[in-house]
Amino acid sequence: MEYETHDYDVLVVGAGGAGLRAAIEASAGGVKVGLLCKSLLGKAHTVMAEGGIAAALANVDDRDNWKVHFSDTMRGGQYVNNWRMAELHAKEAPDRVRELEAWGAVFDRTTDGRILQRNFGGHRYPRLAHVGDRTGLEMIRTLQDHGVHRGMDVHMEFTVVSLLKDGGRIAGVFGYERERGRFKVFRASAVILATGGLGRAYRITSNSWEGTGDGHSLAYHSGAELIDMEFIQFHPTGMIWPPSVQGILVTEGVRGEGGILVNKEGRRFMFDDIPEPYRNQTADNEDEGWRYTQGDKSARRPPELLTRDHVARCINREVREGRGSPHGGVFLDIAWIRKRMQNSEEHIRRKLPSMYHQFKQLADIDITKEAMEVGPTTHYVMGGVRVDADSQMSNVPGLFAAGECAAGINGANRLGGNSLSDLLVFGKRAGEYAAQYAREHPRPAFDLAQADEAAHLAVQPFEPGRSENPYTIQHELQGAMQELVGIVRQENEMVTALEVVEKLSTRAATAAVHGHREYNPGWHTALDLRHLLTVSEAIARCAIERRESRGGHFREDYPEKVSEFGKVNMVVRKTATGSMELQRVPLAEMPPELKQVIEENK
Amino acid sequence: MAQATFRVWRGASGGQFHDYTADVVPGMVVLDAIHQIQATQAGDLACRWNCKAGKCGSCSAEINGKPRLMCMTRLNDLPLDEPVTVEPMKAFPPIRDLVTDVSWNYTVKKKIKPFKARKPDAPDGTWRMSQSDVDRVQEFRKCIECFLCQDVCHVLREHALHPEFIGPRFLVYTAALEMHPLDDEDRLADLKGDHGIGYCNITGCCTKVCPEEITITENAIIPLKERVVDRFYDPVKRLFRVFSG
Repeated sequence: MEYETHDYDVLVVGAGGAGLRAAIEASAGGVKVGLLCKSLLGKAHTVMAEGGIAAALANVDDRDNWKVHFSDTMRGGQYVNNWRMAELHAKEAPDRVRELEAWGAVFDRTTDGRILQRNFGGHRYPRLAHVGDRTGLEMIRTLQDHGVHRGMDVHMEFTVVSLLKDGGRIAGVFGYERERGRFKVFRASAVILATGGLGRAYRITSNSWEGTGDGHSLAYHSGAELIDMEFIQFHPTGMIWPPSVQGILVTEGVRGEGGILVNKEGRRFMFDDIPEPYRNQTADNEDEGWRYTQGDKSARRPPELLTRDHVARCINREVREGRGSPHGGVFLDIAWIRKRMQNSEEHIRRKLPSMYHQFKQLADIDITKEAMEVGPTTHYVMGGVRVDADSQMSNVPGLFAAGECAAGINGANRLGGNSLSDLLVFGKRAGEYAAQYAREHPRPAFDLAQADEAAHLAVQPFEPGRSENPYTIQHELQGAMQELVGIVRQENEMVTALEVVEKLSTRAATAAVHGHREYNPGWHTALDLRHLLTVSEAIARCAIERRESRGGHFREDYPEKVSEFGKVNMVVRKTATGSMELQRVPLAEMPPELKQVIEENK
Repeated sequence: MAQATFRVWRGASGGQFHDYTADVVPGMVVLDAIHQIQATQAGDLACRWNCKAGKCGSCSAEINGKPRLMCMTRLNDLPLDEPVTVEPMKAFPPIRDLVTDVSWNYTVKKKIKPFKARKPDAPDGTWRMSQSDVDRVQEFRKCIECFLCQDVCHVLREHALHPEFIGPRFLVYTAALEMHPLDDEDRLADLKGDHGIGYCNITGCCTKVCPEEITITENAIIPLKERVVDRFYDPVKRLFRVFSG
């Protein structure tokens, strides 16, 4: 078949923070850049990020520096992070934030006119550059408005169906544009995957329809390795009531500004379980915790600002043991600060405007006056494409990954705020090295039969005689992952989950789509199933293999951390026969100077 | 379970309304109903959405004739004893069902001169701005680009002056740049000329539909109009320009 074909040196798949930053950098590298967006430009999931960008600018607390940020990130990730990525991230994040300001971003200010930073879970000092609670919007808009003047071509509402290869190296992508349903081929010397996460594999999630693990799955099927897929972040505070808003994120910024978690007995249960590595840094009484949130440098942080994995599990425990709120969560209360400050209502509205708006409009709750009901929601995947720390290239030559779909920086658990900085730091790096790769390698050739095969598979759902509803299959998969590979896991349930995935894969092969190819969401849902099923299998396999509890991975049958598992990453790859192979791969040895940094910041 | 009827536009310009029944659960929004219809009755019903929390501005539509975000329109704010009509935005060419071609907006934005930072204030290459200096532009920067203001603007909607007028969204965008404490660019001539600020007769419809509650007319458009008037129509300044060349 013949396809409309575009040629680029660097092709970026995904236009959230990482994709935009990569495209900007690749353009600056003097090569021809194409940017593919699954939705309209500026609507990617980055827009949902609320709290801020973690960077050791030291504007609010001058004790902060890259070493503290690095140590916090490694501790938060329970030391299975890629230490080199954590190091680069901590060192480069401040420059990436300042660069955004130079491109027009307008952050909240300190009293001396610099970029203001706020407290967040697991960060020792106030570190998150922010704009109220809509930092992601500020970031994506700044990158978008800067980027479109940098010469890149933007292709909106385009979905990649498969990656194309030239022998072992990447050669481009095949996909379809939604408006007319037409297939297109993009030939490119280097491809950067910046497709974000996979929250749609679960029923309760903060992710939009786009988060179906496309980059993870595309990379896997083209021979790239994935690591750490067992580590899923369940954000402790998602909305739980009314049902239609279940899963929508409530920013950690609420707790950063002094919000507290209480059970139905009115008890601040977070004080009841403070993990050993954090005991020295955590307040042991309410007054000290409050003083910390108000900038008292001698105070330690309140237990609500422990890492997300821990807070989510504590909430889960309260609910299971019958101390939850009426709709199966706990209470998040910011209104209580009226006891501590005048004008608290105005203060809350100014610091958390979009949370105020969200609860007022969607839940009839005025957060300046009453507590919110919250519970864990699937938010983020620490796992993803295994990449070289410096260049972000995968084991497939010419295939790069950045942002949430790449793995390494976060280890077993990501700290809030480290995602936006990850997007900037590693988006830039991926763009830079992809441009370099493209300059050093000729445009690849490829056999169009690859595209023909992908096209053939893609249109199968329109064939007569099929009956499976793709929405139903997606719904059943989400239910199985939620119940069987969720926040608390055990082996027999996860084995069941693998069986469900296998059965649903068989059914997905006969998914039926009605209507024509133009802007057909049913067709899109059918095509996304392959990605969702692939990543679900990877999550379950890795989670079964890691027989311990660490970070975002909690095993009821192995509730303790096991040192042996602290030395390995789980790696999955596709074998020649098409099955999924899993291997434990030892972590690289950390250089002594970084070990010392960690020691000094214990 | 309670049910409601949704009268949804199907097809493009030659399309028609189609009635669907959906189950109503507490707290439900119009977008939930559309999703339910997609999953159970009309798998190919086209709509845009992303965040489902009023933050991305994708699911713009006209609900009972009013431009709104589907994800922020609660069913308990609508009369459910009669069908809820859901139609695409009218100021843009239809693509299919609830999806319209909003590409014009992206073209317009690219025509506006981008941000140009003044020289840094500090030796380390950074700037100093006080919070009170940035409050004003932060209001404009809340915009989620849902284009509902463009949809309701009669200059675009009724008179279709798209080629000559950039619309309220891009007047807000221009205001955010012009009032940015660090910006060094000048966009007043463009505003008066190609961007057609004179077409706006400040009826304030855009402000009323803005889901982010940006005071578009008073805070963005009127100050820009004043700047244009000051520059180009102030008789003293005109005289001054004649003599100063």
